[in-house]
Amino acid sequence: MVKPNMQPTKTPVAKQEPLVRARNFKEVCLGYTEEEAINEASRCLNCKNPLCRTGCPVSVRIPEFIEKVREGRFLEAYDIIKSTNNLPAISGRVCPQERQCESKCVRGKNGEPVAIGRLERFVADYAMKHADEMEKPAVPAPNGKKVAVIGAGPAGLSCAGDLAKLGYKVTVFEAFHTAGGVLSYGIPEFRLPKAIVQKEIEGLKDLGVEIMTNMVIGKVLSIDEIMDDGYEAVFVGSGAGLPRFMGIEGEALVGVYSANEYLTRINLMKAFLDGYDTPIMKSKAVAVVGGGNVAMDAARSAMRLGAEKVYIVYRRSINELPARKEEVNHAQEEGIEFRLLNNPTKILGDENGNVTGIQCIKMELGEPDQSGRRSPVPVEGSEYVIDVDTVIIAIGTSPNPLIRSTTPGLEANKRGCLVVNEETNQTTQQGVYAGGDAVTGAATVILAMGAGKKAAASIDEYLKNK
Amino acid sequence: MFKILNKKELNDAVVRMDIEAPYIAKKAKAGQFIIYRIDEYSERVPLTIADYDREAGTITIIFQTIGGSTQHLARLNAGDSILDVVGPLGVATEYGDVKRVAVVGGGVGCAIAYPQAKTLYNMGVEVDVIAGFRSKDIVILEEEMKAVSNGFYLCTDDGSAGFHGFVTDKLKELIDSGRGYDEVIAIGPVPMMKFVCKTTEPYGIKTIVSLNPIMVDGTGMCGGCRVTVDGKIRYACVEGPDFDGHKVDFDELMRRNATYKNQEKTHVCRLTGGVR
Ligand SMILES: Cc1cc2nc3c(=O)[nH]c(=O)nc-3n(C[C@H](O)[C@H](O)[C@H](O)COP(=O)(O)OP(=O)(O)OC[C@H]3O[C@@H](n4cnc5c(N)ncnc54)[C@H](O)[C@@H]3O)c2cc1C
Ligand code: SF4
Ligand code: FES
Repeated sequence: MVKPNMQPTKTPVAKQEPLVRARNFKEVCLGYTEEEAINEASRCLNCKNPLCRTGCPVSVRIPEFIEKVREGRFLEAYDIIKSTNNLPAISGRVCPQERQCESKCVRGKNGEPVAIGRLERFVADYAMKHADEMEKPAVPAPNGKKVAVIGAGPAGLSCAGDLAKLGYKVTVFEAFHTAGGVLSYGIPEFRLPKAIVQKEIEGLKDLGVEIMTNMVIGKVLSIDEIMDDGYEAVFVGSGAGLPRFMGIEGEALVGVYSANEYLTRINLMKAFLDGYDTPIMKSKAVAVVGGGNVAMDAARSAMRLGAEKVYIVYRRSINELPARKEEVNHAQEEGIEFRLLNNPTKILGDENGNVTGIQCIKMELGEPDQSGRRSPVPVEGSEYVIDVDTVIIAIGTSPNPLIRSTTPGLEANKRGCLVVNEETNQTTQQGVYAGGDAVTGAATVILAMGAGKKAAASIDEYLKNK
Repeated sequence: MFKILNKKELNDAVVRMDIEAPYIAKKAKAGQFIIYRIDEYSERVPLTIADYDREAGTITIIFQTIGGSTQHLARLNAGDSILDVVGPLGVATEYGDVKRVAVVGGGVGCAIAYPQAKTLYNMGVEVDVIAGFRSKDIVILEEEMKAVSNGFYLCTDDGSAGFHGFVTDKLKELIDSGRGYDEVIAIGPVPMMKFVCKTTEPYGIKTIVSLNPIMVDGTGMCGGCRVTVDGKIRYACVEGPDFDGHKVDFDELMRRNATYKNQEKTHVCRLTGGVR
């Protein structure tokens, strides 16, 4: 075995300077060069019992692909990743690696873990650039069966891809005018360039997947009608797109957005680019309420649109921020001010109904509860006002009721998530499968992708035996 | 792509188009709407479905050229195509057990009031249509509305045709004369709907309005279309666009609809400047 590189920290990766990137929408992280990737790959111990793999929701064969990177055989590394992960260029960029593979890596015990995410991204980008050197996957022989997929997010797309490879004729019905789901409308360009999402989608089309946009299922067609139209199975990957508001005073003022609306205007409608008609407020001071990826994306987008001051208002402490750690760091570097242990109580407006500020109450961590978690409790009399002209609410989303309310027999739980058999991802209706955020509530890209893959296998099993 | 099959200018600022949209035509019902996006650079804009032909697979839209987007749409002609049309969105109008209804339309709102009147009339309901316009030269759909109403009352602000005055004056007069409406349906500019509701409230006549907030997706995922009804946040795109007018916060809706007013102007300039 080659002697591993015992450098204790990750090989650094080039990024745009914080104060420069805070004012443009170009990708923040520039990715490894070949040399850097090989150097980082040589930090991997190629463990016999690779713990990293147990942390990966789709069990990417991590040490195997990293070994190929070390040997400079990048396209082979790509094939290894692709065998379990349909969207590596995307997951390499947006997975919370610090909570998944990298959290388990043995190198992390004494220094930093292997930069698995950066390596995955490197390999996927390399493969995209060298696509012509790879054999195009042959368009599979059709098996004569049709399957419908609802929603073109990571769950739907990966289900469609796997089924197409098995010879099914797959039609994806997407409500928006563009495929991609959150990858297109939610996650900003500076974190996930839309050209990459488009390439993945083009790859599916090459496999014969048909994508019908502007089709809101439950309105224009029901699942029953789709079934009547000759589709033998349906996969529901409609996500969890319904924004929650807080229910505090002032949420209907002019200048209050849901993060979904704010990000959709920017990412899908390109309000940030000249020549596009969709408007967005030109804000001076913005408060974003929430602590997840969505909140970070909204805050950093507001900064890029020219805001002078951007705040993250979050009711818990830094340790509970659910966002990817890297994005929190990036946001801090870019000058976003974190008002942690702060809970909004009211949004203030002027006589014309425009936002003028957000009133917050300070919180402190209370006594640990049964689970040992210390919940924040308000500090009495600590209310104060942050002067802002825009408030963006990013406190979470839930599944859209449109499909379940128009499909008799499709059961959902209290939170509106579709109920499925955990082994097969089948819903309570025969022939109808579901996965991704529609089942779990807002989660992650890789879990959605994995669910789509699992459902594809179950659908194949079901239709083979039908 | 969605092809424009026919185009007709109903007056200087109001255009009717028939658009090929077979899936939507098959499902559309009165009161529902579509969202269109003309090309890659355009906004997503909602428009009520004025009519549909299930056999021909077409829907009809009628719109007033107010903002940049509708001006852009109005410049297209039969044979041209629109990149995206999605629908039918929203809840179809639900007609209660009614015998006599007043349908009140204001300006281009008549384009939506008309199919409502038609549906009710064909159901055997006694329908009075009160249609208000600024002046005679912008009156639209007069013959059509007459044909589907028991009483047709044209009103103009300047008195150049029909009744000289606002629709609310005419409505009050009719109510006072004992028409005994079970319900009033009001569709038009927000201030008009607000005042129709003010007029009917003392009489306790149920009044349905069709709201037109700013929208993006039209499926409940952005919350941009939220309106306050009975003190609660409601999403007009999925729970509306029809609401009980006596419970709607119209002033808030007007303010929210003006969110991008200043930016809209620059868009218009850019359009007429012919940059694209
Ligand atoms: C701003 C933001 C940032 C995020 N950042 C990260 C991150 O860094 N890392 C990470 O792992 N995860 C992140 N997430 C979460 C992640 O994006 C989601 O968990 C994932 O996209 C879920 O995939 P999905 O396929 O289930 O649903 P979605 O991506 O939501 O796709 C659902 C699709 O279905 C369509 N649809 C819905 N209803 C219908 C209907 N009735 N008919 C037809 N089509 C319909 C929608 O338009 C959409 O295109 C982020 C989410 C957001 C919003
Ligand atoms: S745990 Fe770390 S060192 Fe071991 S195989 Fe995985 S990436 Fe390599
Ligand atoms: S238009 Fe987006 S939620 Fe209604």
